[in-house]
Amino acid sequence: MVDARGLSCPVPVVMVQKAVNAEKPNELEVLVDAMVCVENITRYASSQGYTVDVKEVDGGEFLMTLKKA
Amino acid sequence: MEDIKLTKLANCAGCGAKVGAGVLSKLLEDLQVHNDPNLLVGFDKSDDASVYKVSDDLALVQTVDFFPPIADDPFTFGAIAATNALSDVYAMGGEPKLALNIMAVPKNMPQDAIHEILKGGYSKVYEAGALITGGHSILDEEPKYGLAVTGFVHPEKLIRNIGAKPGDVLFLTKPLGMGIITTAAKVDMVSHKTYNYALNLMMTLNKGARDVMVKYRVHACTDVTGFGFLGHASEMATGSNVELHIDVDNIELIDEALKLAALGILPEGMYRNRDFASKYVDHGDVILSKQDMLYDPQTSGGLLIAVDKEDADEFYLELKSNVPCAQKVGVVKEKLGDSYIYLHNTK
Repeated sequence: MVDARGLSCPVPVVMVQKAVNAEKPNELEVLVDAMVCVENITRYASSQGYTVDVKEVDGGEFLMTLKKA
Repeated sequence: MEDIKLTKLANCAGCGAKVGAGVLSKLLEDLQVHNDPNLLVGFDKSDDASVYKVSDDLALVQTVDFFPPIADDPFTFGAIAATNALSDVYAMGGEPKLALNIMAVPKNMPQDAIHEILKGGYSKVYEAGALITGGHSILDEEPKYGLAVTGFVHPEKLIRNIGAKPGDVLFLTKPLGMGIITTAAKVDMVSHKTYNYALNLMMTLNKGARDVMVKYRVHACTDVTGFGFLGHASEMATGSNVELHIDVDNIELIDEALKLAALGILPEGMYRNRDFASKYVDHGDVILSKQDMLYDPQTSGGLLIAVDKEDADEFYLELKSNVPCAQKVGVVKEKLGDSYIYLHNTK
């Protein structure tokens, strides 16, 4: 799980990149609280062959689930 | 001098700090203004600067632009902010003459750094052949710098961001990707070489392009800044009621920026620009990362110029010798389709 709440982009997308590069996970959950981070992480995840599911969990917080396609 | 990282003090980088185009036009609704026939360009068409006719052969061009640090080095920041502010006058075909400093500085900012910002600004105003005659500074948590610039243009030689005609050929005078590069620099994801290349582009006056432009039949021009290439192009297309057909492969996209775009290193302004302008754009089969580059907010970007087709070849030749990175990027067509801008892959 990457918790990038309270951080502004590009920091969250870089955290996700580090997690993906280090662990090569089949599935990764990411928490962010800005739409721009959701969009940036979605672009990155797609480029690495992940599908992305986004759920708004709590007023303005988003849980993203990245799955290796 | 004390080593300070200016961009760490900024919430948004450069023109990325701009209020979105859609929001801005709402904010400007219903405000009380005089009608004056001598006001040749005002708020109504969201042009780059306002223009007021003083006499039959003289019009005043006025513009203001300032933003938080886009570079860590204070001199570079000052130079970029000044280049960017002067650009609006060049985009109208004008010549900048007088400038006023606008500055905000944090209480604890070293004097040397403030002086360097001003030095950067003065160097560009000097290069432009204009004078800084004063200014205003206030205390603020976040540093900001820019200029209010006054220039002159012959009222009949004024070039607006509307007026492009079918048949015109489109030119762009700087590569795209500056917003992405400055965003990536915040997390050290860009090479020194590319970062310096981008900084140099942002410090390049649009004077060279302007000086060529005024010799030819140019129907429309705008500088590509915070609203991104497609944001500014869509203002040109809708305001001129024409279609712009863009050969995306002919636009120079900063190589490293394109790679970063695919990795999701994109400034928030890119999404704002997309929200505002994508309704005017037919993206064809252009890949997402290239599209994103075309929405990337530019700081001190180049000029987008629509030139009469009869003049286009000669214009391009002269422009190339003055501004080597200038490119022919598309053509203007009659408005027939649903969209205003059509992106094409030519290769």
